Amino acid sequence: MAINTNIEETSPELERLKKLYADKGFVVTSINNLINWARTGSLHWMTFGLACCAVEMMHVGTPRYDVERFGAAPRASPRHADVLIVAGTLTNKMAAALRKAYDQMPEPRYVISMGSCANGGGYYHYSYSVVRGCDRIIPVDVYVPGCPPTAEGLLYGLLQLQKKIRREGNIKR
Amino acid sequence: MSEQIEMAKAAIEKNCRLNDIDVNLGQLQLSVDPANLIQVIDFVKNDPSCEFKQITDIAGVDFPENEKRFEVIYHFLSFGFNLRLRVKTQISEAESLPSITSIFPAANWFEREAFDMYGVTFTDHPDLRRILTDYGFEGYPLRKDFPLTGNVEIRYDEIDKKIVHEPVKLQQDFRNFDIQSPWEGTKYLDKEVKESE
Repeated sequence: MAINTNIEETSPELERLKKLYADKGFVVTSINNLINWARTGSLHWMTFGLACCAVEMMHVGTPRYDVERFGAAPRASPRHADVLIVAGTLTNKMAAALRKAYDQMPEPRYVISMGSCANGGGYYHYSYSVVRGCDRIIPVDVYVPGCPPTAEGLLYGLLQLQKKIRREGNIKR
Repeated sequence: MSEQIEMAKAAIEKNCRLNDIDVNLGQLQLSVDPANLIQVIDFVKNDPSCEFKQITDIAGVDFPENEKRFEVIYHFLSFGFNLRLRVKTQISEAESLPSITSIFPAANWFEREAFDMYGVTFTDHPDLRRILTDYGFEGYPLRKDFPLTGNVEIRYDEIDKKIVHEPVKLQQDFRNFDIQSPWEGTKYLDKEVKESE
């Protein structure tokens, strides 16, 4: 049983090893596949709930949507987290704190921008106190549209992020 | 209930120097000079026929055309008689109001908010700092002459590794969303101006 990922490294040598160990209780795979599996299967997210989007982010963790079946779980500290979900309106006053939280996250780190406000200011685009998109402060991997996005929407965003990590397919930080 | 309003109104009329007193939608409304503000508020809090023990809010209004530009409105609630009261006062930009924190400690943050949003100053306030806007913010955002988008916007500078403030440069013109039909799309304001020219 090989671990199922998009990038399947095949070589005659690998195939021979797989056959040799398949019925002896061993799994043979490439280290890239193993690392991608580990990374996509434990996306612990740092909650950055700023507004109503935070409520949908909570829903995604509840049994109905059960994001934990994908290995994702909420963490209270940025130092434990792999992915930062910016859920809500990012104001000028909060921007420094967001950057600080992002800087504290260990590599590799990913960012999901959730909802219109985090994507581009949204309803508050012309306001004097709101950042017109959280990508002005931190680099963003996945944008989830909606006001607020449904819990399914965020879940889909998380799956897209997993896809992106698999596609990246390297161990570079 | 109207009986209690009349009693409170009579007591206030008798003991306070007012410009105007009125009952509007079952709520008392006073207009006072800034010089009499402390005396009036102290009276309505402690008088046994008023008992406006709770301050609900302090609101500000900007009327740029008026000589006394700002109107500051104090909202009170009387638990004892289930009454609400508004106290209105007007000041110009150069004047300042007496702080009522000595009577209502809860007014502290309300006054800070009024100062933050309108630049109304309060004398004898224990800690008159900005409360809501960004650190180092300039200007008073709820004044009518303050631009909607403000004067500065922020971004993270990868070279300096810090958040920098820059003059506002909008990527998209302000849109007038007040449209008759959603199918005709939105009109951009600068286009409208050009068309009218």
